[in-house]
Amino acid sequence: MTTVKPHFSRKLLAIPYGLFLLLFVVIPLLIIIYYAFTDANGSFTLENLKDFFSGSGGKSFFQSATFKTIMLSLFISVASTLICLCIAYPVAYIIASSRLKNKFLLLLIFIVPMWVNFVLRVNALKELLDWIGLYMKSDGWNIFNTILGMVYDFLPFMILPIYTTIIKIDKSYLEAAKDLGATGARAFLKVTLPLSKAGIISGISMVFLPSMTNYVVSNWLTYSNVTIIGTFIENAFKNSLWNNGSVTALILLLLMFVITWLTGGFNTEAESGARGTSLW
Amino acid sequence: MVKLKSCLKWLFVGLIVLFIYAPILLLTVYSFNETERITSWKGFSFDHYKYFFSFDHEPLPIVLQTLLLAVIVATLSTLLGTIGAIGIFYSKKRIRSTLSAVNQIPVINAEVVTAMSFLLLVVALHIDKNTFIPLILGQMVLCTPFVVLSVMPKLKQMDNNLYEAALDLGATPRKALFSVVIPQILPGIISGFLLAITLSLDDYVIAAYTKPNTFETISTHIYGLTKGKNVNEIKSSYWAFTSIVFLIIIIVVVSANIITYKKSRSKKQ
Amino acid sequence: MEKNTTNIIELVDVCKQFDGVSVIDNMNLYVRKGEFVTFLGPSGCGKTTTLRMIAGFEMPTSGKILLNGEDISTLPPNKRPVNTVFQKYALFPHLNVFENVAFGLKLKRTETTFVDKKGRTKIRQSKLSKAEISEKVKNALEVVDLEGFEKRAISTLSGGQQQRVAIARAIVNEPEILLLDEPLGALDLKMRKEMQLELKAMHERLGITFIYVTHDQEEALTMSDTIVVMADGYIQQIGTPEMIYNEPKNTFVADFIGESNIFSGVMDRDYLVRFCGKTFECEDKGFEKDEPVDVVVRPEDVKIVPAGQGTLTGRVTSVIFKGIHYQILVQCGRNEIEIQSTVAPKSGDLIGITIAPDGIHVMKKLFRVNKFAGIITKKNTVEFGDGEFECDLTQLYPGSHMDEEGYLVTAKGEKLDLTDTEVNVEVGLHDITMSDDPEAGGARGHIISLIYKSEYYRYIVRTENEEDYVLACEDLWNENDFVSLIIPKDKIRLSLKNPEEGKK
Repeated sequence: MTTVKPHFSRKLLAIPYGLFLLLFVVIPLLIIIYYAFTDANGSFTLENLKDFFSGSGGKSFFQSATFKTIMLSLFISVASTLICLCIAYPVAYIIASSRLKNKFLLLLIFIVPMWVNFVLRVNALKELLDWIGLYMKSDGWNIFNTILGMVYDFLPFMILPIYTTIIKIDKSYLEAAKDLGATGARAFLKVTLPLSKAGIISGISMVFLPSMTNYVVSNWLTYSNVTIIGTFIENAFKNSLWNNGSVTALILLLLMFVITWLTGGFNTEAESGARGTSLW
Repeated sequence: MVKLKSCLKWLFVGLIVLFIYAPILLLTVYSFNETERITSWKGFSFDHYKYFFSFDHEPLPIVLQTLLLAVIVATLSTLLGTIGAIGIFYSKKRIRSTLSAVNQIPVINAEVVTAMSFLLLVVALHIDKNTFIPLILGQMVLCTPFVVLSVMPKLKQMDNNLYEAALDLGATPRKALFSVVIPQILPGIISGFLLAITLSLDDYVIAAYTKPNTFETISTHIYGLTKGKNVNEIKSSYWAFTSIVFLIIIIVVVSANIITYKKSRSKKQ
Repeated sequence: MEKNTTNIIELVDVCKQFDGVSVIDNMNLYVRKGEFVTFLGPSGCGKTTTLRMIAGFEMPTSGKILLNGEDISTLPPNKRPVNTVFQKYALFPHLNVFENVAFGLKLKRTETTFVDKKGRTKIRQSKLSKAEISEKVKNALEVVDLEGFEKRAISTLSGGQQQRVAIARAIVNEPEILLLDEPLGALDLKMRKEMQLELKAMHERLGITFIYVTHDQEEALTMSDTIVVMADGYIQQIGTPEMIYNEPKNTFVADFIGESNIFSGVMDRDYLVRFCGKTFECEDKGFEKDEPVDVVVRPEDVKIVPAGQGTLTGRVTSVIFKGIHYQILVQCGRNEIEIQSTVAPKSGDLIGITIAPDGIHVMKKLFRVNKFAGIITKKNTVEFGDGEFECDLTQLYPGSHMDEEGYLVTAKGEKLDLTDTEVNVEVGLHDITMSDDPEAGGARGHIISLIYKSEYYRYIVRTENEEDYVLACEDLWNENDFVSLIIPKDKIRLSLKNPEEGKK
């Protein structure tokens, strides 16, 4: 009996990229964990965590500036995500269900601004706000402007995945629903909406975290008057406070894993495909 | 009634389009303003354009070096990502799902966290930022996963027997890969490349964390424009630049659509 | 065409496993040069895997594949003188017809030996010239009737035309063997019939060996010189189409090739078999007296005679017109018999039936009893066949009985603890019943096969750990049903595996 070994195998091609991911994605994340639990001398400590979660000047954590920032970030990101969804879904649905021959051209209208540099875009929005007199009006307007900036920047990331899932829904499902006696509204609720769930989830996961951390938007549109979680990392970076920055990064990392786990983003290959290819 | 509903629908879409375009249109208009102040209109001039197109001023060299960086990063990312996607696609299920999951991390992760963690690695390994290696590798971390994500669906769509057919006809595995598999997934590779260019051009955070001190990209340059002399001139000249970019994009998109429209018309006839 | 008697391909003890699951089990097979051989079997039988091992896309887990007597088991596909026509053609969409057909030719290197100026003998590798390539492509396209299609894009061709390009692309390389993996599967019926005849003609003309894979028995019967019937990774029968059809070796082959009535019978003596409650003359001999057998009768071999004049009498339950003949179902007592006839009785008629001796095919029963190796547990149950059953342990020792503490007391009064004793278990086909309540029986599994045996269905139930139970049941279950198996205590026959050991 002879045992036979296979010859060339294409899976060997995964090695370079596998090593790349290990070295530049996985190991850096491990370094974050390491820094979060060590002090400047490299010995194990929980001080960084304590610093983060303790109040200062006799106040408890829930009264601290850190906690306020976290809450504000959450508010901004939930609000931005919801507003994006409320705008993106109707837009995607209207385009996808229109009788136009070249729907993609219409969709392109929403993508084209993304090809202008991100910082320039934020700059443009700032100038617009300045022009109509909303820039630096009050604290409330600052938060509003931040949310507006997030929506303005991330809206296309919500429209695209939703559009791609709606356009793929077989028209015969809707016809079948109507044939079975459903009204237009009911057919939408019972057929289109559930079938476009993947797009909505993908859109939310593309908007939620960035709008919590993109400090470029909050800094520019409020003259650095609104602080979000991302700003913590920026400050730590500026002052080379690696250990403190790592704690924030670790918290954001955990948040990412929770969101991804909740939305199943790690195992649905088809959905992530829609995510990657949608821009082009 | 139906008409009204449809009118309202398109009115809504129109308003959103207006919201997206208003800031850029405002900049375009004011890029022709005589002064750098946006709040007042002094008169029509090409001053900002002249400023931008002079090599004596900062913006033009920075735009060019940002483009060069984007092309380098996108090329490397596309090579690595394409080879990686092919490898992942043909791996056993466990390796495939593990690598696909890790590939998702930079896609979903907050950019600051990616940048910060990568920077910690750079610090730990004592890599000199002035070598540009951190900047290029950092942007590759950002771009390559998207290349993989755009190549993967093409591999899925491809008839699995094509590769085998090439081997069957006498091609070596390498020859089969280059003459059959690569041409089949080329659209995915191209869109991955374009995506990588866009991401690199757009990136602020990673560049800010990993670039050499004396090097600026468009993003980092504008972000840093808060103090110093000529700030307003430089900013205004970037607006001029944005307007040009925008015009080019619109021309390309419109003409591409006209060409495909005409092609489909002539095919029908 | 003159048939050569040398073997071109030989499979020696070939096994193939995917992730530990056996797909091909110890296969031995040879193919003669110039033959048209068809691997025929249901999907999942291992026929395509066998073909892919010959092509080189899969390596056998163990065993050897010989080409002209040389071991090619580890040779990559690009080094084998074998070409494949794929099921979905696998034409390169980015190349036109000419480029597709020329693909292999452009890679070909011919070796010429020559003597250089200094008088040394050298080997020079040279490519085919452009003219040679286009000449060969032209000829290949002629063979498949596609002259003038060179510049066409693949996407503009119909399915049938793509099929022809795929064949041209393979034969242009002048392979010693052409492998065809269900190449006609995607074509419509009419096209398929045409291509069958064309392939057959092409085989005659080219004179090379064709190995063809299909699940379509009619295709196999039409084209092949030799058919290899496969199921579950095993070869069931090898033979000419006539042999396979007329003398199926077992009920699987009979059931798979053509329509058949399969009865359970008993061999009275040589040339006399008893089934459906009557005795029939037959042409088979060499069975033991009263040996249970399977009897296969083709529907076209059943003759209708007026009621009372036949060996059997039955009532017609359904008559369906099938074009060339009628398909008639007749109920004879507990048996249902299918008949193909050009004259049709009416539904409800009482008719007589006769079967000529040469229409009766007697074959050994594949499964007469289920045999398992078992082990006695602490609870005095027996674990066997991936399950646990209550058994009567006293049958191991005649005259023994069980005491209250669970010991076995022999006729001599010895007390035995039987825990961990190994036993042989036998269970009859008719002693197992199925239940859809998974907890009702001692073992559970999925139905992987059912064959209608006229009075009952014969089922094979496979458990999770691949133990097979064969059982007979009158009720109809579906393939893939998950069932539990109930065996009454008194129907499980036990014997000690090591009679000495039990006496310690």
